[in-house]
Amino acid sequence: METNNYTIKDFKSDQDVRWCPGCGDHAILNSIQKAMTELGISPDQTAVISGIGCSSRFPYYVNTYGMHTIHGRATAIATGVKTANPELTVWQVTGDGDCLAIGGNHFIHALRRNIDLNIVLFNNEIYGLTKGQYSPTSKRGFISKSSPYGTVEDPFRPAELTFGARGNFFARTLDVDLKTTQDVLIQAAKHKGTSVVEALVNCVIFNNGTHSAISDKEFRADRTIILKHGEPMIYGKDRNKGLVIEGFNLKSITIGENGMTEKDILVHDAKCEDRTLHFKLGTMSGDLPVALGVIRDVEAPTYDREVEKQVKDVQEKHPQIHKLEDFLRTLETWEIK
Amino acid sequence: MADTAKVTSLEKVVIRFSGDSGDGMQLTGSLFSNLSAISGNEISTFPDYPAEIRAPQGTLGGVSGYQVHVGKKVYTPGDLADILIAMNPAALKVNKKHIKPNAIIIIDEDAFDESGMTKAGYKTNDPIAELGLGAAQIIGARITTMVKASLADSEMDNKSILRCKNMFSLGLLCWLFNIPVDNAMHLLENKFKKKPTILKANLKVLVDGFNYGSNTHASVSTYHIDSTEKQKGTYTDVKGNQATAWGLIAASEKSGLPLFLGSYPITPATEILHELSARKDLGVKTVQAEDEIAGVCTAIGASFAGSLAATSTSGPGLALKSEAINLAIMAELPLVVIDVQRGGPSTGLPTKTEQTDLWQAIYGRNGESPCVVIAASTPADCFDFAFIASKLAVEHMTPAILLSDAFIANGSSAWRIPNMDDYPAIHPPFVSEDMKSYWKPYFRNPENGSRYWAIPGTEGFAHRVGGLEKDNKTGAISTEPKNHQLMTNLRQAKIDNIAHVIPELKIQGNPDADLLVVGWGGTFGHLYSAVEALNAEGEKVALAHFNYINPLPKNTAEVLTKYKKIIVCELNNGQFAGYLRSKIDGITPLKYNKVEGQPFLVQELVDHFKTLLDD
Ligand SMILES: Cc1ncc(C[n+]2csc(CCOP(=O)(O)OP(=O)(O)O)c2C)c(N)n1
Ligand code: SF4
Ligand SMILES: [Mg+2]
Repeated sequence: METNNYTIKDFKSDQDVRWCPGCGDHAILNSIQKAMTELGISPDQTAVISGIGCSSRFPYYVNTYGMHTIHGRATAIATGVKTANPELTVWQVTGDGDCLAIGGNHFIHALRRNIDLNIVLFNNEIYGLTKGQYSPTSKRGFISKSSPYGTVEDPFRPAELTFGARGNFFARTLDVDLKTTQDVLIQAAKHKGTSVVEALVNCVIFNNGTHSAISDKEFRADRTIILKHGEPMIYGKDRNKGLVIEGFNLKSITIGENGMTEKDILVHDAKCEDRTLHFKLGTMSGDLPVALGVIRDVEAPTYDREVEKQVKDVQEKHPQIHKLEDFLRTLETWEIK
Repeated sequence: MADTAKVTSLEKVVIRFSGDSGDGMQLTGSLFSNLSAISGNEISTFPDYPAEIRAPQGTLGGVSGYQVHVGKKVYTPGDLADILIAMNPAALKVNKKHIKPNAIIIIDEDAFDESGMTKAGYKTNDPIAELGLGAAQIIGARITTMVKASLADSEMDNKSILRCKNMFSLGLLCWLFNIPVDNAMHLLENKFKKKPTILKANLKVLVDGFNYGSNTHASVSTYHIDSTEKQKGTYTDVKGNQATAWGLIAASEKSGLPLFLGSYPITPATEILHELSARKDLGVKTVQAEDEIAGVCTAIGASFAGSLAATSTSGPGLALKSEAINLAIMAELPLVVIDVQRGGPSTGLPTKTEQTDLWQAIYGRNGESPCVVIAASTPADCFDFAFIASKLAVEHMTPAILLSDAFIANGSSAWRIPNMDDYPAIHPPFVSEDMKSYWKPYFRNPENGSRYWAIPGTEGFAHRVGGLEKDNKTGAISTEPKNHQLMTNLRQAKIDNIAHVIPELKIQGNPDADLLVVGWGGTFGHLYSAVEALNAEGEKVALAHFNYINPLPKNTAEVLTKYKKIIVCELNNGQFAGYLRSKIDGITPLKYNKVEGQPFLVQELVDHFKTLLDD
């Protein structure tokens, strides 16, 4: 790790954090501030852009440049910031409603363009700020104030949506897993291109325990797997479970049973261009553990730098044109004397 | 070659070029208008696009036109044409309503064969009689046959040969208007510099057309169009949308801010996106966004990051952008919003002109949300008003909406390439080093009420802005009632203040008028022409034409209350008239309104004003 002169204080603003006590957002705030400290990029060179929602209050709490914008549009605004000044480090904080309902269109297009943003998606499977309506990530049948008889629609799976939109970086973490959160945030920030970190957060007030099946201490080790590039996909309380391929599908096995050894277990390749396995890993559930950590991390040309490069290339081809007047004089003109 | 035809002098003339989309009539029209401008005429042009993009050849739906008005005191593309060039029977039929009864009509006789007549839906084989064009002077030439013969020895295929037909008509017009054919040859040489085969063919056909006119004395009279004393300088012809794009670039240079455009294609505003996307050589960054909301939002992000940021659209797009414009109002960030108005509501009449977005621009947002609204009035002054919109937005940290319209955006006029030294500097109100100890985001310049701009990357000024109401001192989120009232007042005062830096309203025409004509934006040419025509007849009429709408020039009330009879003319149902009444006590203007998707006609205005003067 490079040493730098920043401490976490440099990234804390003077504003009181107003989230409910016990809200999962607190932990992510903390981890982002720690990640920023470790990354060592000046708060003056950092911009944090958010939409609207409980989670989107975020920029007020970090002492960087920041804009709390309008519902759903953070992705588009962050795209403008980064395209205008690619030197800035741009974070986007957004909720499941903000990012995937009203802002869904901007989200997929940012991924398609591969603009260098660090998108942190606070997924609590609910609209927190508007006091408890189901969101595009709420499970089918979910009962909420706006779905008293349960929803009759399927949720988005952010990983699937990211890969479907040709995203090149996707990670998942849990609010209660501080270490993984900080790890993936640092990797997301270092990734050049759109990175999506899905943070599974708890809304204690309107959707308490929505992630508890995987986040509770007693189940977590057996129901999640922390993927690390280059390492075998081993998980479980006793570190004796692993993932293998059977046919076209992933399968969980126990090491030592049915002749399975560590050698049979898949090694995670986050850098693989082909998304097929990343799709599978990103959507594991049921008998398979939910994947945490960085699932995909592939480098590709970024929109912001490509725009800059195109401008430079065109300028080099037309060295005689520096100012508007130079250009106007290349048009069909006539003189009045 | 000496010409023996009688030469008649004309003050101005309106020519309409029309044919199939593939006939190149737009090119012919613009070449002709440029030739006239080179000879010292004023020019104003307007294209008439076909109803469909690829309609079958020879049908009414495929007719494309280009109207050119040249001469002295030319402020509009003209009402009805004096001369029509109709390359086929469909073009003749479609344009019948756009020409004067005694017009000269040049036709390609070859195109009036049975198949051509059928495609255009004629019932007889005498188009002139069938359309009731008996009073017109017809110049018929077998253009297709002559062009084919002329290029028989060339290497070109039949299709390329036929593409040269338009040059025959250009040559014929040069003869008719006593324009030296050398001038036209020179223009073509520049135009087709890189395509020698096409150049050679076009030159040959051009000269053939000219010689045909003079050899056959195709018309009993030829014409000379009066020229005007124009300011010395280098001229080009410019369309409103191009001028708008270039005005933004000029403002970027004057302010030292990089230019950013976020936009989504929409008729009739798209050319602004095209024009700026092509100007990478000047460092312009453009994002073709996924929708209009993203267009304005990327611009807001770019503005936050320190660019001169703009978004271009038309009415439906402005509707989508309104929430984001409010964010820029609340965060007090500079933003230029260009609305090239078209016929509405909803998708309306996408290619036609209207002034029906005025209220949307002034009022179309939630909350008390004042911003600058200005309007351009000619193709050429789109440059100046795009520049001014940028200057006001940057120096007062506010969105500025620039209203253009389909008529001036697609129309063209001659434009003297400006010397940028004649344009004022633009001073972005950046924070300064010495403010570091006490600065807060909503700390204001006491002189104009604008906040200061700290762009990301500036050391020691990290701060947060957003759409929530903020405390006027600390910049922290605030719902305190008195603070909200104060911030509302401060935002309003900032915009009202701009009245002190914009020019006062000027009266044109006769200041002691019996009738004051009031207009705004793109109707200037028609209103001015009508007022001039009436004053020439000895009436006493004046024009007050507005470019600054919010805020209004500070002498507006003083000027308007001087006149007993005021008529507000606009291409909507009376939006500006209503706005003026809400702003100025004691005026009850008459109204003249039209919502047909078409510009005014000078004649209809003259006729209507006469009825008021007779009262
Ligand atoms: C244009 C607009 N529509 C609706 C709202 C109301 N609104 C605010 S936040 C929100 C949903 C927030 O949910 P999410 O993005 O998941 O954030 P959370 O509060 O759960 O963190 C809604 C519907 C708004 N502010 N603006
Ligand atoms: S309502 Fe839910 S999401 Fe919002 S702050 Fe409280 S716990 Fe967090
Ligand atoms: Mg949520």
